[in-house]
Amino acid sequence: MPKVTVDGIELEVPNGFTVLQAAEAAGKEIPRFCYHDRLSIAGNCRMCLVEIEKMPKPVASCGQPVGEGMVIFTDTEKVRQSRRNVMEFLLINHPLDCPICDQGGECDLQDEAVGYGRDHTRYHENKRAVTDKNFGPLVKTVMTRCIQCTRCVRFLSEVAGVPELGATSRGETMEITNYVERGLTSELSGNIIDLCPVGALTAKPYAFVARTWELRKTDSIDVFDAVGTNIRIDARGSEVLRVLPRINDAVNEEWLADKSRFAIDGLKRKRLDRPWIRQNGKLQPATWDAALSAVVARLNGAEPGRIGAIAGNLCDAESMMALKDLLVGLGSPNFDCRQDGAVLDAGNRALYLFNTTIEGIDEADAVLFVGVDPRREAPVLNARIRRRWVENTGFVAGLIGPYADITYGCTHLGEDGAALRALLDPAHEFTVKLAAAKKPLVIIGQQALARPDGAAVFAACWQIAEAAGALTADWQGFNVLHNAAARVGGLDLGFVPADGGKDVAGMVAGGVDVLWLLGADEIDMAALPPDVFVIYQGHHGDRGAARADIILPGAAYTEKPGTYVNTEGRMQLAQRAIFPPGEAREDWTILRAVSALVSKPLPYDDIEALRQRMGEANPVFASPDTVRRIAPQVGLTPKGDSGQLSDAKFTAAFATYYQTDPISRASPTMAKCVTDILPPAMPAPVQQAAE
Amino acid sequence: MNDMTTETFSFDDVSEAKIPGIIAKYPAGRQASAVMPLLDLVQRQMARLTDHAWVPRAAMDVVADRLAMPRMRVYEVATFYTMFHLKPVQKFHLQVCTTTPCWLRGSDAVLDACRHAVATHGDMFSMEELECVGACVNAPVLVINDDYYEDLDGARTEALLEAFRRGDAPKPGSTIGRQNSAPEGGRTTLFADVTKHDTGADS
Repeated sequence: MPKVTVDGIELEVPNGFTVLQAAEAAGKEIPRFCYHDRLSIAGNCRMCLVEIEKMPKPVASCGQPVGEGMVIFTDTEKVRQSRRNVMEFLLINHPLDCPICDQGGECDLQDEAVGYGRDHTRYHENKRAVTDKNFGPLVKTVMTRCIQCTRCVRFLSEVAGVPELGATSRGETMEITNYVERGLTSELSGNIIDLCPVGALTAKPYAFVARTWELRKTDSIDVFDAVGTNIRIDARGSEVLRVLPRINDAVNEEWLADKSRFAIDGLKRKRLDRPWIRQNGKLQPATWDAALSAVVARLNGAEPGRIGAIAGNLCDAESMMALKDLLVGLGSPNFDCRQDGAVLDAGNRALYLFNTTIEGIDEADAVLFVGVDPRREAPVLNARIRRRWVENTGFVAGLIGPYADITYGCTHLGEDGAALRALLDPAHEFTVKLAAAKKPLVIIGQQALARPDGAAVFAACWQIAEAAGALTADWQGFNVLHNAAARVGGLDLGFVPADGGKDVAGMVAGGVDVLWLLGADEIDMAALPPDVFVIYQGHHGDRGAARADIILPGAAYTEKPGTYVNTEGRMQLAQRAIFPPGEAREDWTILRAVSALVSKPLPYDDIEALRQRMGEANPVFASPDTVRRIAPQVGLTPKGDSGQLSDAKFTAAFATYYQTDPISRASPTMAKCVTDILPPAMPAPVQQAAE
Repeated sequence: MNDMTTETFSFDDVSEAKIPGIIAKYPAGRQASAVMPLLDLVQRQMARLTDHAWVPRAAMDVVADRLAMPRMRVYEVATFYTMFHLKPVQKFHLQVCTTTPCWLRGSDAVLDACRHAVATHGDMFSMEELECVGACVNAPVLVINDDYYEDLDGARTEALLEAFRRGDAPKPGSTIGRQNSAPEGGRTTLFADVTKHDTGADS
């Protein structure tokens, strides 16, 4: 622990700290463009110069390790003058187009130029102009503004694992480019927009839309995957204009997946903004009164055991609680939140959570994926696993499922149940490797559980985890990776069939007469018998609304305060950013109104009371943003029998990453991604050589 | 086979024979270090087969895949070095050094001669100016493909290029007959018989 002095402040810093980190620890701000604490050190912008005693010249603090007794000055005249000189060089070729630049107002270069810029230029030659590049439908480039910090290059190579950007040529002709003029194929590409310290990389759909100071900023939680990424929703008036990640080191660090960032233009299209009733085979606009009375008439007329409800992938826990309470009040045991039919035992959290926790990934040294494509089902989480692979040369990864390039060396062990069965053999090459690992992960996906033999797959994975030492007192390495934001919340609330109740398959097969779809669009509508009366409560005119007999317009995740539980069981609260459009209402209030009309009023009139009810249903909902690492219980065994494992192939969860839910299917940007982002130009990753 | 219009590239047998030897020069797992020799091999194969020494993008992809490295990293290397031609050059690629020593010794005349050759026989000659090629002692210098032609002036350059055009293979090196970088007109020092000098090693 070297002792250093920063501007007269003495402090002790850990070994390996850089001068910049030491200065930050002392509370001194160092300007920087190329340095980023989650990327490797490049040291090419030179903005972070500081003076160090006994060193003849100013030193770039980002790349200089601290030494014992170092005396650092971050704010001397020499330092200020050096930084001014660096700034002058940076500005030689930087255009003065801040008034039309989307980065204006949140630009590092602009901010630092206030402190270190000259009021005039001494450079009379022509500025350098650089051709703009095609980075696809998400990232807009104005390359003349680029100051070549290479953060984007480093992010894509190091974090995203898709090394498609680089710096070509040299000297004044150096350019950041992908050379092939094809869209970036990373699911994390939007993050380079946040990383870019200038306006060279900006969001294409957000181009010339708004200024940062006009936006109302609301903290929220992302719903496009089950990671529970912390986001900030920027809105102006009644429009959500952009979504940015918030820093939460335990969940998403500071990254955000592209779908979560860019699918928001789907929130303005195909919206259900008024109730609809099907009359003579056609949906007709209706009033709330008419729609609610039709619903009530139908519910009152139905046999309680023939009423069912399915909760979709984007639901907040509040609406699921209200729907479950309504159904129970009506006397129906038929409710299910597992739209894909995944065999998940809601009885024990250890059997449906990502037990290791997302932070726990940072300790793992081996991973087996079963029936899951982590890159597309949870891009941010996959980046975290990838970091383990980068940091740890001995990291072993294997995947069973349709082959997918998951951005790091991963042995493809097969596509079908037989490949999984082979791993049950302790002599199998990969099983041996997994057993040799100290902290192995077994990650099972929803598609693996949605098969007819899902329980057997689950049991087999549990067995493999147990044999690999992933279920010991100090390491719980068995994980279920969800891909729906609502799922864990639904399971925590017990939104699964009560005794004698029908599950999704049972309800879809005609087990009910009245089916309440709460944002459930991923079930097979064609399989529903035509005489089933469908009440669709949701926010988009998608598959469910097309089949509905009555549509009750609800709110999207940006339009209601909501509770979401992510795949590791972390309960997080989202705030309302804007109000629902037209006559649409917050979902739980719709259910509360219906409950009163059927004379089974729900015992809560405001969201606080509802949340208290949720806390009573499951204590998880009483403790926001906490996650407990569950030690494996002794004697816990899943219900399935691994002997029943069939040889069927595992299937992919989505046809395309970009369109997986009603919002992203309504998004023109996502539609453009599907057509424009070609299959990766990269070859399949180098398979880890078998040792 | 490869020609200037193809979008594909593959190493031919002559090149293939050399690849294992090149890759073997680098430690296991560091085979990406062979990127520059392989790009050079590509350029030489293109010259051999098509008379145009250049590196098509398809070839960069082939090199990247062969060395299991990201394609972008190969593009970076290939664009960084001006010695890799990213567009086709002609059979005789004239590289004129115009840095100060060559310029003082008359590289302008060499340049004019080369420009004339390219203007009249653009199907055989292409040219570019280079920064110092490290042969200042024999300035001015003209590099044609792999060979240095030194001590040039306008007339000798024209004669040299005419010889190439005829299909001769002029001898590389000084065009005024001096040996390597020895002084013009023979040596000016070290006349004594150094063989009799007692080094003290044998006594």
